[in-house]
Amino acid sequence: MNPREEKVSIITEESTANDEDAEVGRREKSSKVQRQQRKKQPPRADSEEMVTGKAQPGQEEPEMHLLSMPARRGPRSLPPIPSMSRTGFAEFSMRERLREKLQAARSKAESALLQEIPTPRPRRLRSPSEKELETEFGPEPCKESQATSHRNDSQSYSRVKFHDAVQKIKSKPQAPPGFPSAEEAYNFFTFSFDPEPEEPTVKARAKNRDGTHQEEEGEEESPAGGMNKMVLNVIARAGTPQKDEEELLGSQDAKDFLLGLDPAPDEFVVVRPAEYEGTHTWLEKEKELLFFPSRRAVPTWKKLPENVQPRFLEDEGLYTGARPEVARAQQNVVENRLLRQEPERKWFGDDGRILALPSPIKPFSSRPRPLAQEPSAQAGLETHYKKAVKYVHRTQHVVGSADPPGSFQLDIDISGLIFTHHPCFSREHVLAAKLAQLYDQYLARHQRSKAKFLTDKLQALRNAVQTGLYPEKPHQSLDATQKTIKEYKSEIRETRKLRDAEQEKDRTLLKTIVKVWKEMKSLREFQRFTNTPLKLVLRKEKVDQKADEEAYEAEIQAEISELMEEHTEEYEQRLGEYRASYQQWKAWKKAQKAKKKKKKQAEEHPEGEAEEELYPGEEPVKPIPPELLDHAVLEQQARERAAHSRRRPGEPVLLPELSLTGSVTPDDQCPRAEVLRREDVKRRSVYLKVLFNSKEVSRTVSRQLGADFCVHFGQIFNLQIFNWPESLTLQVYETVGHSSTTLLAEVFLPIPETTTVTRRAPVEEVEFSSSQHVTLDHEGVGSGVPFSFEADGSNQLILMTSGRVSHSVAWATGDNGTPLIPPPSQQSLGFRSALKRADAISSIGTSGLTDMKKLAKWAAESKLDPNDPNNAPLMQLISIATSGESYVPDFFRLEQLQQEFNFVTSEELNRSKRFRLLCLRSQEVPEFRNYKQIPAYDREILEKVFQDYEKRLRDKSVIETKDHIDTHRAIVAKYLQQVRESVVNRFLIAKHHFLLSDLVVEEEVPNMSSEGSGILGLSLFKLAEQKRPLRPRRKGRKKVTAQNLSDGDIKLLVNICRAYDIPVRKPPASKSQQPARSSRTFSDRHAASPGAHSPPHSPDTPLSQVSVRPFVEVSFQRTICHTTTAEGPNPSWNEELEFPFRAPNGDYSTASLQSVKDDVFINIFDEVLHDILEDDRERGSGIHTRIERHWLGCVKIPFSTIYSQARIDGTFKINTPPVLLGYSKERNVLLERGLDSVRSLSEGSYLTLFITIEPQLVPGESVREKFDSQEDEKLLQATEKFQAECALKFPTRQCLTTVTDISGKTVFVTRYLKPLNPPEELLNVYPNNPQATAELVARYVSLIPFLPDTVSFAGICDLWSTSDQFLDLLAGDEEEHAVLLCDYFLFLGKKAWLVMGNAIPEGPTAYVLTWEQNHYLIWNPCSGHFYAQFDTFCPLKSVSCLIGPDNIWFNIQQYDSPLRINFDVTKPKLWKSFFSRSLPYPGLSSVQPEELIYQRTDKAAAAELQDRIEKMLKEKIMDWRPRHLTRWNRHCTSTLRHFLPLLERSQGEDVEDEHRAELQKQLGDYRFSGFPLHMPYSEVKPLIEAVYSTGVHNTDVPNVEFALAVYIHPYPKNVLSVWIYVASLIRNR
Amino acid sequence: MAAANPSVFLLMVNGQVESAQFPEYDDLYCKYCFVYGQDWAPTAGLEEGISQITSKSQDMRRALVWNFPIDVTFKSTNPYGWPQIVLSVYGPDVFGNDVVRGYGAVHVPFSPGRHKRTIPMFVPESTSTLQKFTSWFMGRRPEYTDPKVVAQGEGREVTRVRSQGFVTLLFNVVTKDMRKLGYDTGPADTQGIAGPSLPQGIPR
Repeated sequence: MNPREEKVSIITEESTANDEDAEVGRREKSSKVQRQQRKKQPPRADSEEMVTGKAQPGQEEPEMHLLSMPARRGPRSLPPIPSMSRTGFAEFSMRERLREKLQAARSKAESALLQEIPTPRPRRLRSPSEKELETEFGPEPCKESQATSHRNDSQSYSRVKFHDAVQKIKSKPQAPPGFPSAEEAYNFFTFSFDPEPEEPTVKARAKNRDGTHQEEEGEEESPAGGMNKMVLNVIARAGTPQKDEEELLGSQDAKDFLLGLDPAPDEFVVVRPAEYEGTHTWLEKEKELLFFPSRRAVPTWKKLPENVQPRFLEDEGLYTGARPEVARAQQNVVENRLLRQEPERKWFGDDGRILALPSPIKPFSSRPRPLAQEPSAQAGLETHYKKAVKYVHRTQHVVGSADPPGSFQLDIDISGLIFTHHPCFSREHVLAAKLAQLYDQYLARHQRSKAKFLTDKLQALRNAVQTGLYPEKPHQSLDATQKTIKEYKSEIRETRKLRDAEQEKDRTLLKTIVKVWKEMKSLREFQRFTNTPLKLVLRKEKVDQKADEEAYEAEIQAEISELMEEHTEEYEQRLGEYRASYQQWKAWKKAQKAKKKKKKQAEEHPEGEAEEELYPGEEPVKPIPPELLDHAVLEQQARERAAHSRRRPGEPVLLPELSLTGSVTPDDQCPRAEVLRREDVKRRSVYLKVLFNSKEVSRTVSRQLGADFCVHFGQIFNLQIFNWPESLTLQVYETVGHSSTTLLAEVFLPIPETTTVTRRAPVEEVEFSSSQHVTLDHEGVGSGVPFSFEADGSNQLILMTSGRVSHSVAWATGDNGTPLIPPPSQQSLGFRSALKRADAISSIGTSGLTDMKKLAKWAAESKLDPNDPNNAPLMQLISIATSGESYVPDFFRLEQLQQEFNFVTSEELNRSKRFRLLCLRSQEVPEFRNYKQIPAYDREILEKVFQDYEKRLRDKSVIETKDHIDTHRAIVAKYLQQVRESVVNRFLIAKHHFLLSDLVVEEEVPNMSSEGSGILGLSLFKLAEQKRPLRPRRKGRKKVTAQNLSDGDIKLLVNICRAYDIPVRKPPASKSQQPARSSRTFSDRHAASPGAHSPPHSPDTPLSQVSVRPFVEVSFQRTICHTTTAEGPNPSWNEELEFPFRAPNGDYSTASLQSVKDDVFINIFDEVLHDILEDDRERGSGIHTRIERHWLGCVKIPFSTIYSQARIDGTFKINTPPVLLGYSKERNVLLERGLDSVRSLSEGSYLTLFITIEPQLVPGESVREKFDSQEDEKLLQATEKFQAECALKFPTRQCLTTVTDISGKTVFVTRYLKPLNPPEELLNVYPNNPQATAELVARYVSLIPFLPDTVSFAGICDLWSTSDQFLDLLAGDEEEHAVLLCDYFLFLGKKAWLVMGNAIPEGPTAYVLTWEQNHYLIWNPCSGHFYAQFDTFCPLKSVSCLIGPDNIWFNIQQYDSPLRINFDVTKPKLWKSFFSRSLPYPGLSSVQPEELIYQRTDKAAAAELQDRIEKMLKEKIMDWRPRHLTRWNRHCTSTLRHFLPLLERSQGEDVEDEHRAELQKQLGDYRFSGFPLHMPYSEVKPLIEAVYSTGVHNTDVPNVEFALAVYIHPYPKNVLSVWIYVASLIRNR
Repeated sequence: MAAANPSVFLLMVNGQVESAQFPEYDDLYCKYCFVYGQDWAPTAGLEEGISQITSKSQDMRRALVWNFPIDVTFKSTNPYGWPQIVLSVYGPDVFGNDVVRGYGAVHVPFSPGRHKRTIPMFVPESTSTLQKFTSWFMGRRPEYTDPKVVAQGEGREVTRVRSQGFVTLLFNVVTKDMRKLGYDTGPADTQGIAGPSLPQGIPR
């Protein structure tokens, strides 16, 4: 095995190509070999019994594999050679080769010489063996084994041989590693690595061939036959071949020489048996060479030096840190290996474990995660310029943000240092120090003079007792006196004891002082020099002998008497006790006697036995009577005590006085040792370091140590600090000579109270001591070493270096005398430092930090190592907290750090206008929602910014009556406002709720289902479409989302196309010749009747050639534009007017736009020219005319309608006043258009308009929020299904099944329809005319003001209020009107439906459809007008669904225009009904009330309102005419006022002519232009707007007069109909 | 407008949309616009811009370089709503339709100085595979209704996006009077006034 092993090392060391190649080959081979071996093993184990129990193939195989892989290659082909002396095998072989060559040459020569040599054969036969020996000088064992394997006959023999060989190998000395042994070298050079596998069981022939092959490769050639035998012989002969090799060689040389052997290299072939080695041997060998560390745990004793117990540092409280995680088995393996390799155990620690550093792995990564994108190299190299900034120290804990840092100052005054012991103290110094100490003590005691105090007290007490015993005040109760006296006495006793003790102490102290002084003196005498200037003088104070004695005696006597008293007392007590017990005893005795007697008697009278039980106990001891103490004894005691503790009478009072007046022996008179000591002292100097929060902040100068061991510094350090100090420390350093500086001691100074300020702080002394051990070689006694004063060294003393630092620490005061002290809030330092522990926070939360118990518990639970330096602050905190020193709050603070981050108080924050503004804006308060550029400073925010808002807040509760006049309406408005706000708040979240479609534009997925199959195809077809078709189709305008618009971006375009049936001027009366008196003189009822009258044109009026000259004026947001003037009653303008649009507050959000309440007023005027020439003579040279304009009518379109409709296109009925003085409908004059038949159906004028917004705005969408509902779930599903189906068929037709009620709940729509009673008085008006009643009811409904939902609930949704809510609110949009009207009609017994459809200008709206006898009527609920189904001017343009009280029908007819559809809902082909046979009507209860209750409106209130409105309007008109005088014609006004109720009664019909006649009669002199306006009343503002829009005030005729009358007709439930008659009058001259 | 007591601070941004890396696409152009809060107002320069179409470079980098300048100045009273630049990149798809290739936004750097920002770009994903196919086929990929959506946080939870590429921007930022109004964004603004330097954010 050895050679193999060596081979490995060779191979690894040499790295020639050769070698590598070989290795490759070998590897292959070896693997093969292994495989075979593995195969063969089991049978061999059986047969040869070589595998012992140790060989466990399963276990060992893998490791063997690893370790012996190279070693096993070509096991058999190695020619094993015994190693020999290291004489360089290479040389050897070379030599051999040379030798061979030489031999060859020689033999040739010999053969040439000898010519004929007979029998060459034997030579040849022999030579191989010789050769073999020569070359294969290696160990024969392998050969041996080869032989063994195929030598059947000599099996046993070979085995013996084999064993021998093994032994030989074993005994072979091993070559040092790294050096090739001779045989290795040989192998290396000679051996060719044969890939031939080893087959132990192959036949011998095969083996032979192998052998041959091998030998061919080798240098040697040997004859095949008989070789083996020869070899064996040689071996047998050779014995130990290693030793004899050289000899052998030598002999062989000789033999060769002699024999002249000449083997040609190729001639001979050595056939050898295959080498084989048993597994057992293998394992044996491997076991020697290989070491498999066990996985078992190593016992601790193996890892430690002998007789050493393992130490566990952690248990001893030292911090060890966490060891890194290593698998136990692996650790064991390593330990085993280490023990084997390096037995000196240096790898093991005291605890018997492998040494390990604490695990360096942190639980959290401290480096930020690398960004996803690697920075490019260039970016890394790029240089950034940064301006150098001067660093200003700014700690996080700067105290007081306002103060400049460092404003706090701590003054530390270090005055000096005195050593009470120092190594350099001589013995005398020690005594001196002692003496000084004692003297100090004495002084202190003397100053306190406690003894005297106690004596005085005693005296006082005695006096008190005296007076108490003989009281002068007899009134005191005896009892109390007794008590006090008793107390006094006990106190006297106590005080006396104390006094005695004090006196004794004083006396002993004095004695000690004297004793020390004596010792010192003796020492001085002994050493014959003096070191210290100490000198004690005992002053004797003479005392008056006699008085003293008397006092003494008196004292003693007093004491004795007291003692006597005490004793007597005690005696009495004892005596009492004695007596009691004596009595007992006596009784017992008596009993005993009696017993005895009885016994005696009992002998006679046995019945007395019962009494024997009386004292069954033991015999009581006879009590000893207490003896009364003798007075003499007491006196003796007292005197003894006094003598001991007190000055004897007459003895002078000794007063020691210590002075430093003594002279110190100069150096030259001192012995050598002392001089050395003094020199040493001189070399020493001391300084102090001042440490603040354990950081050195400054140090004192170094001062030499004086001979008296005092150092005076007298330095004051002013520490400018930021923080509350945590610690203040002085470190005492001593320097000896120039060399070493040693830290003697640390002195901790207390941090001064906040009340201590400079100049008031007392100088304090703090003691320190050091534990250093110093031994000196001179007189100095050293420190920490024993020394003695006695010559014999007994009574040893050990003194440590100690001393006192006198200092004072105080807070400095500022210039103005304020102490510069950090605020005390800073003192809670524990928390802050503890916050360093992030772990604690993460485990128990930050709040836990304030809870000390929790924190401590956590620390205990988490087994926090108290010695880990990381945990130090936490442990400190916990220890402080648990010891109860600091205040632990028992409340819980949610954000305990909040206070630190509050940079301003909350009051201040609330006061900040800017902050408030920001808050309000963030809350989207309407006033501030779009506030731009909030100023940077509070001072720049004007208070008036908040005024509106604050006013609104205030008004919430206060009902504002100014705008509303009518209180009821004010309440309603308020209520509406509140509902609106609540709804707005309700939907605020929904507004911020986004859908995918809000954010992402995505093409609809083409419908692949059967129905929509064409769509995909269509879109595919679209792809093929040309990009620019020849006939382009109209494309929708691009819609603009409203958010990024600003003022001026949006324009309103109004296109006025044409008008029909404009009223024409009535021709001036024929009898009137004056043109100015035009229209009023003629009063003919026929004029108004259609077709009856043809007004004669008056050619003599030069300026009124045409019947009418109308123009259109459009006003929007107070911007006014007008068209040119056209002529005739059917004018055509085709003009586009452009208006800029401004959103309120510049907020162009959808919600804001939806709530724009502005209306577009389209007014039609007649332009009248008046000739104002006074003089007809000038007519030829000039034209002086005045243009007057007469209002003819108006169309009002709310902006919200335009916004939601995007465009409005259609013909509108012009809202003309019922009475238009001076004008009439001209029906027969201009028939050229042939529209007469159509027009005859309707009355009134019409205007064709087109209105749109540029750019087109995206109308707001209703909230998609799904509201909760009380409807049945099934019903809701059905509605969804129904709607989906309808939408699929007719996506443009609106299908309504569920609506949202005012509380935000989904309600099925039919629940709104239910017969409801109209006001009683309306029904009573025309009791017999249902049609008239219906009209009246419709009028009543139309008088309820209209308020679109989009306005009231900005951008939110359409809310349906029930009819009672509607009537209470007196405001609603089409739905509410329609519902109410429909309900009324149902009440009236009509068949009525709600029609959902599109109308102009409203857009999607609700109308009411009724079935009269044979035709359908369509009612506009908002205007009260009704239309026949086939009326072309019906504003309803399309019908999508009908809603009845019990069903919904969806229009599935091809057309949806009411003109073209059939309203017969019973036909399922035309109307798809919601409830059908499959889903029957479940009988839904109505949400409407059972009955409507109407209050009669207060007529007086209405009258009052009427007056107020009139007054207000008059004021307004005067306001609108600032440059002119406004005169009111009272006469006319009263006429008009009378006329208005008439109009109301007749609903504006057929009163014109009467009225005109009357006016004519009354106002004959005036040219009159005016008209009544009629509208429902909601609030004042619309009235004002309406009056303004007529432009009546716009006359600048100088002598114009005005008339204005208001009439309010009250209907039930506060529904008011308002009539305003406004007129201008011009007096004719 | 006394210099001593400014009521607004100014932020001047110039720089350029330097280049982009869209490994799969070519012939792209980009649009940028700024999104800022209510207290901000642009005082000078262009708030929006649309670049030329650029093709990939022929070298290894395959970079799409625009070098499209940005130059705008804002004034503000409040750092809330600090301007963000919103970029959207468009380019033709297989059929030649102009489709969006990426949206991205980044705040204008707070601190004065030169800053380079690389913005990852993303596009909204189709809601379904079928949608994806049809949108690819029709050349109508999902787009944001408004590119400014990417600068705001509200409502983003309803979208799904896919990352597409990167755009590199270079900013040179100059501020005025921020320090005077009490906003400390960096050392370069503290001319003569010493203060601790704040971290400049994570370096690229």
